[in-house]
Amino acid sequence: MSAITITPISTFRTDDPYPFCPGCGHGPILDRLNEAMIKLDLDPAKVVIVSDIGCSGLSDQYFITSAFHGLHGRSTTYATGIKLANPDLEVVVIMGDGGTGIGGTHLISAARRNIGITVIVMNNLNFGMTGGQHSTTTPEGGITPTTPFGNLEHPLDICATVGVNGAAYAYRGSSFDSDLADRFAAAMEKPGFALLDVWDLCTAYYVRSNKFTRAGMEESMRSWGFEPGLLYDRDAVEYSVGYRAAHAAIIGTPVADALPVPVDYPNNLDRPMSLVVAGSAGGKVRSASRLVALGGMRSGLWAAQRDDYPVTVKSGHSVSELWIAPQEMPLMAVTSPDVLAIISSDGYGKAGPYLGAMTPDDLVLTIPEHSDLETQARVVVIDPTSAENRIPKTSMGLVYLSAALAITDPYPLDALREAAGAGSFAEVNLEAVETGIALVG
Amino acid sequence: MGMTTNTEAPRREYVDGTSAIVRGAIDAGCTFFAGYPITPASGILMSMMREIPKVGGVAIQGEDEIASMGMCLGAAMTGAKAMTATSGPGISLYSESIGLAIMGEVPLVIVDVQRLGPATGGATTAAQGDVQFVRWGTGGGYPVIVLAPSNVPESYSLTVKAFELAERFRCPVFLLTDKELAMTLSAVDVDGPTVAQGTERTEKHEGLPYSWEPADAVEPMRRYGEGDAFRFTGSTHDEGAYITKNAAKVGALNEHLIAKIEHHRDEIEMVDADLIPGADTIVISYGVTAGAARAAITRLRSEGATVSSLVVHSLWPIPEAALNDAFEGIDRIVVPELNMGLYSREIERIAGSREVIGVNRIDGGLITVDEIMEAVR
Repeated sequence: MSAITITPISTFRTDDPYPFCPGCGHGPILDRLNEAMIKLDLDPAKVVIVSDIGCSGLSDQYFITSAFHGLHGRSTTYATGIKLANPDLEVVVIMGDGGTGIGGTHLISAARRNIGITVIVMNNLNFGMTGGQHSTTTPEGGITPTTPFGNLEHPLDICATVGVNGAAYAYRGSSFDSDLADRFAAAMEKPGFALLDVWDLCTAYYVRSNKFTRAGMEESMRSWGFEPGLLYDRDAVEYSVGYRAAHAAIIGTPVADALPVPVDYPNNLDRPMSLVVAGSAGGKVRSASRLVALGGMRSGLWAAQRDDYPVTVKSGHSVSELWIAPQEMPLMAVTSPDVLAIISSDGYGKAGPYLGAMTPDDLVLTIPEHSDLETQARVVVIDPTSAENRIPKTSMGLVYLSAALAITDPYPLDALREAAGAGSFAEVNLEAVETGIALVG
Repeated sequence: MGMTTNTEAPRREYVDGTSAIVRGAIDAGCTFFAGYPITPASGILMSMMREIPKVGGVAIQGEDEIASMGMCLGAAMTGAKAMTATSGPGISLYSESIGLAIMGEVPLVIVDVQRLGPATGGATTAAQGDVQFVRWGTGGGYPVIVLAPSNVPESYSLTVKAFELAERFRCPVFLLTDKELAMTLSAVDVDGPTVAQGTERTEKHEGLPYSWEPADAVEPMRRYGEGDAFRFTGSTHDEGAYITKNAAKVGALNEHLIAKIEHHRDEIEMVDADLIPGADTIVISYGVTAGAARAAITRLRSEGATVSSLVVHSLWPIPEAALNDAFEGIDRIVVPELNMGLYSREIERIAGSREVIGVNRIDGGLITVDEIMEAVR
């Protein structure tokens, strides 16, 4: 009987040579990544290398792992989706300083979430693929084709940015660091968001234009205020773990399903009836319309309501157009309502087209402030102060619609009472219904 | 809406298109949602945040629309059925990722709850101004599929269909709706169509992720973490997703992206044709405008008019076969839409010498029944 030996994978590299320029630091960085994956004895089928655009975006093709090569600066978003959907995968992002700039908000957000991905920034201080233009990490004074007289922008401190915003791990170093493979391995083993800002030489552009060398790199980093080393290392709940923990209690519970409305009453409609309530946002106009619809449905009617309001939440107008009908009807606008309730000046401001289209068979209920409105419809002025109890603004819609139903009788008022008493704010709504009925009783 | 099965008397509920879309997505097997708040699509995001965890899925609010799309693409490549929802300004930011989904052949459902544009336009105002935008909203001009519900029950059924087509053709499928359809509450039958059964993704767990032989064939999908490693790229690529500029490979890939949809129009084409023999006029409508169109047709017929109606459910690819059938014997085509004729130009292309009459509105109001009746007369 021979012993079973498991041979760790000897390389995660393909046989193809890198496509990078002579002296470029990208190849050595990728070699260190390869060493880190060997050291961690990862399964290449369980690793996804996510890359985006620029020279760094060529990297994933040289590994036997799975890969997602996407759009400029968005690699962090793909990686987040992959990790969230399958937390068992080891997700490594390789991006450049270009992607860091254009995808800055994604990096910050990934750090804030502490999503368990490892981001390696190949930071060569310029856009190496497109002609050496300056990036968000180009040092002040740096000469590039787009900063021919010296860069005027302050370079981005990538580690500090993710570090102060929740990253579990942030390291700054260079492609020459002897322990870089260990740093990569440590970052990948870190449960949360890990970023390594790895400076390297762009021999095609930045090195040539700025006499930037290996010898001067670490010194330059320090002199520019970019301290190398492990800068952030903290333990915090990784996002996909936290997400699952936060939702564990509701997994398997029923998804929101239909809430059938019981039908217990007859109705008096032989054609569709349209009601419009014109009031102010924050006045529960839509809720009032909904309760009248539900009352109709309790009487066997079909219903649909189209609401109109500005983007503001509790200011401006709120108009609800409601159809109740004996047959199912397609969604359409109300042009000439059978009933129009004007319950505020905001609502009156929107009532013009309705008032102009209404006929003598139609009914307008209005607050006293607008009793001089012009329309052919029958106008009933209701003074809310004549009610027995003070009517809160948020009940005005239901009060006036209840009054309208008491006058027009499309379905039994008991159906409305049941609808009002069935949901939230039942007590307040029931009082509004009775108040409305009493005002025209 | 197919939510439950019940043999008792007809039961109705009062719901909006947003709820219908969410239920449709979950019934179709959606397990990943990412989106960014935007009126009038926020309801879908908020509902998904509550509902998706119940089926073991993940919903997340992205830092922006671009991130939301990126997360959906990443999740879809792990095997999840993914959906996102936004409005016109968000589709603008989705643009690059729509192209990535096309190129990488990622099934994805994108809900566009249209609002009045351009720019921020009218956030709480209905419009149908994105009907060309969703079709051509990314570089390259490659096809996508666009479905348009016209009421709450269709918001459910076409969401389910969108997932089915996304899987079938491995491409982004848009559900083009609007503020009114998403937010209008309607009474609907609870026990209508049966509960949708989501279609399973056709997968394989080893081998190359792509194939385009024959050109219209759709290769089963790989997913990260299952079987051997595989690649994905947004660049022109070979069957292994290795970047290439080889003209033969690039040509075959790009022809495949077109052929897989164009050669299968019959599987996608969906209309609600209500044709009357002897009619010389037809109303072609879609989305929210179909409501007034249907009502106008009913009233015109009650007045003795012989007029046909066709509501387009699959806006892209254009349902040419159904339209050509419907145009037989027709002299006049009325196309109401909440834009200045963005879809009627497609109708004109198919209509030949027939007269095409637009009924158009871009002030935020809905086209009325009377306006359509006027145009038909």
